[in-house]
Amino acid sequence: MTKIIRRERLVPNIHLLEVEAPEMARRCKPGQFVMLMPDERGERIPLTIADWDAEKGTVSSVFMAVGTSTQKLALLKAGDELPVYAGPLGKPAEIEKFGTVLCAGGCYGIGAIYPIVRALKEAGNTVYTLIDVKANFLMYWEERLKRYSDEFFVSSRDSFFDCKEYIPNVLEKVLQKSKLDRVISIGCTYLMYTCSEATRPKGIKTIVSLNPVMVDGTGMCGACRCTIEGRTKFACVDGPDFDGHAVDWDELFYRRKSYFEDEIRSMCYWEKESLLKE
Amino acid sequence: MADKKTELSPELKARQKAGFIEEWRKEMRKAIPVKERMKMPRQKMPEREADERNKDFEEVNLGLKAKEAVIEAKRCLDCANPQCVAGCPVGIDIPTFIKLIEAGKFSESARKLKETNSLPSICGRVCPQETQCEEVCNLKKATGVPVAIGNLERFASDVERMEGDVFIPKIPPSTGHKVAILGAGPAGLTVAGELAKKGHQITVFEALHMAGGVLVYGIPEFRLPKKILDAEIDYLRKLGVEFRMNFVVGMTATLDDLKQEGYEAFFVGTGAGLPNFMRIPGENLIGIYSANEYLTRVNLMRAYDFPKYDTPVFPGHRVAVLGGGNVAMDSVRTAKRLGAELAAIVYRRSRVEMPARIEEVHHAEEEGIEFHFLTTPTRFIGDENHKVKAMECLRMELGEPDSSGRRRPVPIEGSEFIMEVDLVVVSIGNSPNPLIGQTTPELEIGKWGNVEVDWDTMATNMEGVYAGGDIVRGGATVILAMGDARVAAGEMHKYLNGSG
Ligand SMILES: Cc1cc2nc3c(=O)[nH]c(=O)nc-3n(C[C@H](O)[C@H](O)[C@H](O)COP(=O)(O)OP(=O)(O)OC[C@H]3O[C@@H](n4cnc5c(N)ncnc54)[C@H](O)[C@@H]3O)c2cc1C
Ligand SMILES: Cc1cc2nc3c(=O)[nH]c(=O)nc-3n(C[C@H](O)[C@H](O)[C@H](O)COP(=O)(O)OP(=O)(O)OC[C@H]3O[C@@H](n4cnc5c(N)ncnc54)[C@H](O)[C@@H]3O)c2cc1C
Ligand code: SF4
Ligand code: SF4
Ligand code: FES
Repeated sequence: MTKIIRRERLVPNIHLLEVEAPEMARRCKPGQFVMLMPDERGERIPLTIADWDAEKGTVSSVFMAVGTSTQKLALLKAGDELPVYAGPLGKPAEIEKFGTVLCAGGCYGIGAIYPIVRALKEAGNTVYTLIDVKANFLMYWEERLKRYSDEFFVSSRDSFFDCKEYIPNVLEKVLQKSKLDRVISIGCTYLMYTCSEATRPKGIKTIVSLNPVMVDGTGMCGACRCTIEGRTKFACVDGPDFDGHAVDWDELFYRRKSYFEDEIRSMCYWEKESLLKE
Repeated sequence: MADKKTELSPELKARQKAGFIEEWRKEMRKAIPVKERMKMPRQKMPEREADERNKDFEEVNLGLKAKEAVIEAKRCLDCANPQCVAGCPVGIDIPTFIKLIEAGKFSESARKLKETNSLPSICGRVCPQETQCEEVCNLKKATGVPVAIGNLERFASDVERMEGDVFIPKIPPSTGHKVAILGAGPAGLTVAGELAKKGHQITVFEALHMAGGVLVYGIPEFRLPKKILDAEIDYLRKLGVEFRMNFVVGMTATLDDLKQEGYEAFFVGTGAGLPNFMRIPGENLIGIYSANEYLTRVNLMRAYDFPKYDTPVFPGHRVAVLGGGNVAMDSVRTAKRLGAELAAIVYRRSRVEMPARIEEVHHAEEEGIEFHFLTTPTRFIGDENHKVKAMECLRMELGEPDSSGRRRPVPIEGSEFIMEVDLVVVSIGNSPNPLIGQTTPELEIGKWGNVEVDWDTMATNMEGVYAGGDIVRGGATVILAMGDARVAAGEMHKYLNGSG
């Protein structure tokens, strides 16, 4: 059992989960993820590691409440325990001195990209950070991201910001003005896809952190298979980071949606059984 | 991969001899003449009706009743030279445990079993007895029908468990030596039990959230109920074994990290968990599972009870399972239980080459499973939502024998045909789990991804690191894994004492 230290709503629908996991906290690297289960009847789901503290022995993730598992998580509080919390899993993000790197994140990816931004800066890169939020009130962790960013851009459809565009348009504009050596993108599949498309014409290496459905997260089942350059890869052990220009996005979109009807059934059942009864 | 013959140790031989000449055994042998014994019919394992059992996940076999077990035990001739023992990879003293059943001393019989086999109620259920102990039983040579050793093994250990009379051996004072077991499959559990009984301090590190390896995520409840496994794990806990679940060695900590924490000896039992795929077009369509994924969803995550449990699984109306081994049988019988109208095995060779246990094939047939032999898929066809709707297959014929001695299937040109399916389970084998190899650069890995060992000691090239089970053999069997584990445990004990 893994104890929750903190579960806090950052912005509507997006939460921070900090747990006590001293062994893991010593080994976390940017870009890795954990597998967890919110309760004994739950599903095993992956969440990217958004931060860790080796001294305190804690590991954090930022998650978006979208379905049964993440809604269940959103109701847990400090002191509650998770029956499954395993990691750190997956290959760490490549961190080197590349030159100028742009990190593009949205929704949970704003949190998930933070350790990468930090590590890239510490490795001596010039780091541009580009964050997408639907609206002003959905922005979080702006301060910590800015701390490690040479430039900070926001794309949004909210009149609060100057820019009323989706992330690839802003990315294209940055590309016109500056020479980028690499782009790293984390967030929903559509965001990662559009960022990859935006950099494709100029051939700028773009790394994405793929999020297919997973079961074990250790390479045992193949649920997470993705096609990269025509070859099947297991995202949990061969990734989750891949070259965005080599990903078969169509396949990923379809595979992620494969349980759509079951997910709705699961939510309805859970709401009826547990939420409404209380 | 190299195989090992079980050579009876001189110690075991001596012990058997001593048992053989005990008075009660002599008398029992005298009580019923050999001829009589040979005339007794093999007691049939009671099982549930096919039409009833293929709709749920309750156990298929019901187990022998005491009366039947005693009769079956009488069939055993209590041979002076019991061949059966050499057929058992863990060297169970088979005649003694069987004669104890004949004498009605069921719990004592179970204890006898546990002297050499820490998981008898599991082996009694899943061991391929017909090719192990029962294959070489003298009664088989004499009459064609061996003693039902596996069924008796199951009987004795079930009685012990059900009577709540599980005997916990007295553990010697702690030796202070710390041992790390990597992986809680049958291999790891066996080493844990053996070394705990010697007073060493054992920690089992397991990546998943439940112990058992394939026994918990792969083999379905209708063959091996979870409560049986739970009881065995509980027994190990009582022996003082500590379990660290959700601990992925190589990721949560490496073998070297564990060394730094004071672990002195290691057993790598991480299994063959890497699923093989066909590598044909369309294999990543929705509705195509590896057997590992399919069975894990259903067994470990209990998708059969969705939405009470959160993990879903595609039910499938027309299900094709590719392969002909135990894993394929488990998958196809699972599909039937989840409501498939068509649940079919699609196998590229013919019936005789199927590696699955005969009992499982029989059970599958009774349950309404279809078999398509000499057939292989060449590509999968999807609908507009990328969901599989059919597969194109080729017919095969058998040609010359290949390296495994089985006749090689050769495609018949122009024999393509379409089979409509909405769920496919790829069950063409697993490869050794690569994680430990990748994160322990020093460890010598063979060309199949297996950990290399010295087969006499199960020692790897790293000092104090031993390995066994599917990680060294590729997909094999529970009892071979446990046989390796026993050898390793013996050697590890010597190693610890030497270094202490
Ligand atoms: C490597 C990786 C890292 C991730 N990191 C984060 C993160 O840091 N924060 C975050 O909010 N989300 C992250 N995700 C996505 C997250 O795992 C899913 O949102 C979550 O599983 C949804 O589960 P649910 O039951 O709440 O929703 P559901 O209603 O079950 O599903 C909603 C959607 O989530 C996806 N999903 C469902 N089950 C799984 C599963 N078992 N594994 C993966 N995806 C699934 C499906 O595409 C589905 O359409 C990550 C995914 C991957 C693969
Ligand atoms: C569906 C199915 C049916 C079968 N039916 C039969 C049968 O009827 N009879 C029979 O004799 N055999 C059968 N087998 C084969 C048998 O189950 C295996 O040979 C046996 O389980 C091998 O045991 P093991 O301990 O080597 O490995 P496993 O049982 O595979 O256990 C390995 C364990 O190690 C864990 N692990 C892996 N990597 C790590 C890591 N890095 N850190 C921590 N833990 C890790 C895994 O999660 C797993 O729990 C079947 C196999 C399958 C898949
Ligand atoms: S463990 Fe397996 S091989 Fe050994 S006696 Fe029992 S059934 Fe036979
Ligand atoms: S060989 Fe067969 S008959 Fe002889 S002791 Fe063994 S089980 Fe009994
Ligand atoms: S999640 Fe099972 S192999 Fe990746």
